[in-house]
This record gives sequence, C-alpha cells and structure tokens, in this order.
Amino acid sequence: MLRLLQIELYKISKRPRTYIAFAAISAIVFIFQFAFKADGESYMNLMLQNVQDSFSLDKTKAINGYFMCYIILNTLLVQVPILVALIAGDAISGEANMGTLRLILTKPVSRTELILVKFLASFIFTVMLLVWMAIMALFVSMFIFGVDDMLIFRVKGEESQILQITKDDVMWRYFAAFGYAAVALTVIAALAMLLSIFAENSIGPIIATVCIVIVCTVVSNINVPIVERNVKPWLFTSYLVGWKGFFYIGTTEDGEPIKGSLENWPAIRNSLYILIGHIILLLGISVFLFRKKDILS
Amino acid sequence: MKWKMIVCFLLSLAGVRVVAQDINQLVAAARARVEKVNDYEASGRMKTNVAFLKVPVANIKVYFKKPNRLKLKSEKGVSFVPKGAVSLNMSNLFSDNNYTVIDAGTDKLGGSTVRVAKLLPVDDNSDVVLSTVYIDPVTSLIRKARTTTKENGTFELEMTYGKFADMGLPDKVIFSFNTKDYKLPKGVTFDFDDGTSTAPKPQDVKNRKGRAEITFSNYIINKGVPDAVFK
Amino acid sequence: MSVIVSVKNLSKQFNEIRAVDDLSFSIHEGDIYGFLGQNGAGKSTTIRMLLTLIKPTSGEINIFGKELQSNRNEILGKTGAIIERPDMYKYLSAFDNLAIFAKMSGVPVKRSFIMERLDMVGLAERHNSKVRTFSQGMKQRLGIAIALVHDPRLIILDEPTNGLDPQGIADMRNLILGLSRDMGKTVLVSSHLLSEIEVIANRMIIINKGKKITEGSVAELLNPSNTVVHLESTDNNNAWAVLQQTKWSADAVHNGAYIQVTMHKTELPQMVSALSTAGVGIISVKPRHSLEDYFLSLTNSGAHA
Repeated sequence: MLRLLQIELYKISKRPRTYIAFAAISAIVFIFQFAFKADGESYMNLMLQNVQDSFSLDKTKAINGYFMCYIILNTLLVQVPILVALIAGDAISGEANMGTLRLILTKPVSRTELILVKFLASFIFTVMLLVWMAIMALFVSMFIFGVDDMLIFRVKGEESQILQITKDDVMWRYFAAFGYAAVALTVIAALAMLLSIFAENSIGPIIATVCIVIVCTVVSNINVPIVERNVKPWLFTSYLVGWKGFFYIGTTEDGEPIKGSLENWPAIRNSLYILIGHIILLLGISVFLFRKKDILS
Repeated sequence: MKWKMIVCFLLSLAGVRVVAQDINQLVAAARARVEKVNDYEASGRMKTNVAFLKVPVANIKVYFKKPNRLKLKSEKGVSFVPKGAVSLNMSNLFSDNNYTVIDAGTDKLGGSTVRVAKLLPVDDNSDVVLSTVYIDPVTSLIRKARTTTKENGTFELEMTYGKFADMGLPDKVIFSFNTKDYKLPKGVTFDFDDGTSTAPKPQDVKNRKGRAEITFSNYIINKGVPDAVFK
Repeated sequence: MSVIVSVKNLSKQFNEIRAVDDLSFSIHEGDIYGFLGQNGAGKSTTIRMLLTLIKPTSGEINIFGKELQSNRNEILGKTGAIIERPDMYKYLSAFDNLAIFAKMSGVPVKRSFIMERLDMVGLAERHNSKVRTFSQGMKQRLGIAIALVHDPRLIILDEPTNGLDPQGIADMRNLILGLSRDMGKTVLVSSHLLSEIEVIANRMIIINKGKKITEGSVAELLNPSNTVVHLESTDNNNAWAVLQQTKWSADAVHNGAYIQVTMHKTELPQMVSALSTAGVGIISVKPRHSLEDYFLSLTNSGAHA
C-alpha cells in the first residue's frame, strides 16, 4: 500500500497540472495582499459602514496578517474545490485516457487497494494545497501586515456582528480551520474521484464536480425557509464553510469574547461528522463500483 | 382669581431666583474642581457593551490636556473607541464660560440626592445642544452628565469617585451612547450557518444603546502630557 | 506438458450483445497460442477476462491450475501483458515507467536491474527521455520491457503488431518466438491476421461472434487435405468440362477467371497431368496451403449462419 502510494505521489508530482494549483493559489493570494496593502482601508470602510459614525478604529492595526488570511480564505476556499477536482477528477479517468489503467489493473494490485491509494494521494495533494495556502495566505501575510487582534465581520441570521479575537487566541483557530478545510475539500476529492471512475477523459469529471459544487452552493444559499429547512441540511456544500466556526468566538452574557472558546462547537463537530460521512460514503461507492467495473478503455 | 395667578408667578420667580443662585454656585464649585487639572494621563480598562460588537476588555490610556483635548488609546490590540468618548472629561462641559445654567431641581442617584442643572451653550454654533449635569451637593462632584449634541447624538456619563475625587476625576465612568444598527453589506461574506440563528428581537433593531465601562486604575496628574499623543 | 490456461464455457454479455459465447480452450506450457478472429470477434474481451479487466458473465478461468478471481494477485504476478497499444505515462521517462510497473509487479527496483531491462530492448541510451518523445516502435519495445520486467510465466499479447511498420512486425515476431523457444515462456497472442498467427503460433483458436469455430495445432489446421488450388488455363470452360469427369468435380468451383479446386496436396500432379492429357493449356496452378481461405471461409460462413 505504501509502495503504491509512493508511486501515485510520484506520478502526481511529475505532472505539470499539479503545479497549476499551487501557482493559482500564489497568484490569488498575492493579488489580495497587494490590493489590501495598497487600499485596505476602502474594504474596511465598506465592512464598517455606519459603525464608523459611533466608533473610531485604527484600521491599519485591524488590517493585519490574521485578518488578511481570513479574508483570503473566505474567497479562496470557494475556488479551491476546482483545484482539488483538477487532480482527483483525473485519478482514474486520466489513467483510462492514457491507457495505463488497463496496464496497472493487470498488475498484482487489488482494485480496492488502488482506489484507496488514489484517494489517499488526492487527499495528500489537498493537504499540500492547504499547507501552501497557510504559508502564502497566513504566514506571508503575517510577515507583510504584522500581527494584531483579529476582527471577524459576520452575518448571523438577521444580525450582523463584529467579533474581535485577541492575537494570542488566533493561531490555534487557524490550525483547526485548516484541518476542517482539509476534511471539507476531501469530500470534493472523493466526489471527483467517484465521477472519474466513469469517464475516459479527465475533463468530464472535473467539470461535473465543479458543476455539482456550484449547483449545491447556489441551492445552499437560497434564503427561502422551505429550502433552508428541507434541502440545505442535505447538501454537503452547506458545510464547506464550517471552518469559519472556529473564528466564531464564544461570548459572555454581555458580549465579551471568551478567550479560547467557540460559540458553537457542537455545530462544527456535527458538520465534521457529516463531511466525514460523505467521504466514507463516496469512497465506499467508489470502491464498490470500481471493483465491479469492466475496464474497456 | 387674577391676583392669585400673579402671586403664584411672583412666588415662582422668587423661588427660581433663590435656587438658581445656589445651583450656579454648585456648578462653579464643580467646575473649580475640574479646573485644578491641567493635564493627566490615566490608565484603565474599557469594557464595551454593544449588541453587535463582541470585543474583549481593552487596556486603555486616556490623555487629557487643557482646555479640552482628550485622547483615548488602546494600549495594545485593535479597539473600537466610541467617538463620544472625547467628552469623557468634564472640562468639556465647561470648556468655555458661555453657558446658561438652569436649575432642574433634584433627583436621586444611587440612594443619594443630587442637584440637577441644565447647561445651555450661548454659542449657537456649539456642537453641544444641551447638557444636563447631576451634581452631588455635598462634595460638588458631577455624578452624571447627559449631553445632547448635533452631530454625535446623545450620550451619558455616570461617574463613581474614589481616590482622585479631589481633582474631580472618577475611578469609574459608564459611558452610554446611541449606535445605529449594524448591517453588513449583502453577499460579501459566505457565513457558516450553524442553524441556531434566531429571528431578531424587535427591541434590538430600534433604539440601540451602546455602553462603555471604563475603570481607571491610575492617574498621573499635572505632570505634563506631550502634544504628540493627541495626533 | 501442463495446462497453463484453462477456459471453460466462458461467456460475457454486454447489455444486448453477447461478446463471448460459451468459449472453451486451453493453453499448454510453452505454447505460442494464436488467438485469431476478426475485429469484434471477442478476442479482446476474452483476453481482458483472462487479465481480470472484465468480469465474465459465466464460465470458468483457471490459470496455473488456480481459479483466477480468487487467486488474482498471485496469478497476475506471474503474468505479463500488452493490451492493444502499449500505453504508458507519457510525461515520465522510460526509466520511470519501467520502475513504476516493476514496483507494482512486486519486483525489487534497483537501478542496475531497470537499466539492464532497458538495455535488453535497446532503450538504455534513451532511459531519461520522456515517453512522449518516443516513436511507436520504441514504445512497443518499452511495452515489452514492462510486460517482461517481472519475469512472468505467461505472456498475453493483444494485437501486438497493430500499428507497427514491417520492420517492427518482424522484430515482434522474432521476439515472440524467442520468448517461447529460448525462455520457455507460454505466450497467448491475438491477431485478426492469419498470416501473422500462422508464422509464429504452434496452436491456435479461431473465434467469430464470440464463439469458437475451431481450435487445434496449426499443423493440423494446415492439413494438406485442405489445399485450395487456383487453376488458370487457356480455356477455363474446357478445363471445367474436363474436371467434371474427374473425382474432383464435387470440390471444384468455376469462377470465370479461374477454377478453384480443393484437394489433398499430393493429388495436384495427378490433376495437372489429367488436364494436360485432355489438351488443356495450363497457364498457372496456385496451391494455397495457408489458413487464409480457411479462416475467411469459416468466418464468412459464420457470418452467414
């Protein structure tokens, strides 16, 4: 199994498309950092709007590395599923397209093992992407913008809130958030890999994955009670942004944030369970179908 | 009937006159106490209590310099400083002599009786429209002040005195102010909905009041404050 | 000689189409077994079933005396294959490709070992080049190196000469012959061309529409009694009339330009002399030993059946 995994990772590492993802992340992060370095105040003004009538705030302090990373992740984690699909959607279909699938399946390697290894390789790729994002969006931002307390602008139901997390309470939240994002993106990887079993070129599963994510995300965001109550809980995309839960700090009765606390850990935990459930289910279906599949490519 | 009304009018006039003299003295006494302070640097903790703002207690420093320069700074970290906080110092109320004092009788504050005075600026261009001050008649300390401004709404200060009562400087100030409802622009955040959000309570939407509770631990008085801090 | 591959009553149904229908055959140790059939006859499906790429609908496959599905990894560990085109990772070097498949076959991957194999197929000098830059023939050779890297007992080659130039075809033939003769490997080779099977295989099966048409040794199937003779004369009608008087009348067909007679090879001089005696001027007599007509006729009759 480890031997196969090495082979898979080696193959991924040798493909140019692997590095597209890393380059794309670097580019997006750089643009964000440049834009905020140049004119972060406008963004702050937009977010603060009428609060500025009653409060003054040192905006240069507020636009710090921690804040930047949150802003970047907010946008980037919407795009990263595409990058994950780029690799995971190619896992089986790419081999089928090249004609190597039939060759590796005539090797003394069980299909279950192969699909698990493919999945694991996609997972490792996803984690590498996130590590890269952490380096670029968090550590580089910390270097450029410095470190200070972090402000979170948040819509909670009908209300908007501004949360402040003291700087010594931020890092662990990022680690947890990146961990959560890894689980969420692994669902995408599992989905893309499942779709890739049926295809003989990698474009189909990649596009199909992206379409599913987009459609589900759109449905997730339909603010109609009947959809919110009956459909939304069943869409995995509703849980993709759950990493933010780690930044929703718990507060006392009179609204003072409690250091080291989470507002709603059970909700995050349940989301994690649901996502992990999706991974197991998708992977199970993949194994089942792949074992049964006749290789005709 | 007519003579009765005239008597009443005269009586009330007389009454006002008697009390007014008294209140003027009291205000003057309060002012004299405040005037003793040329500048100070105070450190303390500010606890902000606003519905939409979930911020931790901030360690702050307050700098003051006559006549009415005041700066509130957070010692570290990011902090939301209520804009009305510049009126934290009472000298702001008396910044120029151009005001008319009106006696508004007495009131009860925390079990003790206080005198209530309304200060009306003479200058029409003044931002302050009206200040109401509650003065302890025994100590001549301002216990509470409510200021209505043209630009920044109405805010209220409630003071508790201790060690620095001599100089008219409070140990604790509760600062109340009006805030508008905070609403994020739509669609800029993709928030994680954990399914617990509730419908807004009607009273939450309107008439939002913010409070900032500042507890001072130390004052350094009349030792000079560099002008640079006010920039 | 032990039986290496034994297939019994193998069938595969794809939706409406019965790709393989009740097929049985066996391959013995050291055989070069020819698998002949037209395109779409079910060769590839059968081969893919032997390699576990396709699950049979029914039937039994035993390889090395063991049931295939339940001993899959053990059997595949001793089997090498090229299925149609020899496909590999184009973005990797020849060395990497071979190393990857060697690793997957459970062979220890030492640099010297891989280089030795590459040298064997004449690719040692290009070991660092990406496969993308290889010619079809070079890919084919690398494919063989991959198929042989784990020293398999059984080698399955599905249409190995497809897309090769004549030199490549000749090289491939020699290689297959060498595998059997010099290394004692058992080889299953499929083709839609009889001419190819005929020169390398010792045993063969002909299938059509998924069904076995005939199976046997090539020598047997090249039985001289089945020699087809094409006769061209100065007067074909006269020749035809003469033939009607002989014992070959039943086996003769008048085709206009020539007359086709099926006979035992040894009877040919007899017929020629009979025609000469009758005054027929013979222009040419072409006996065809090959299975070509046999194959074509069988598959044609199959097609009409």
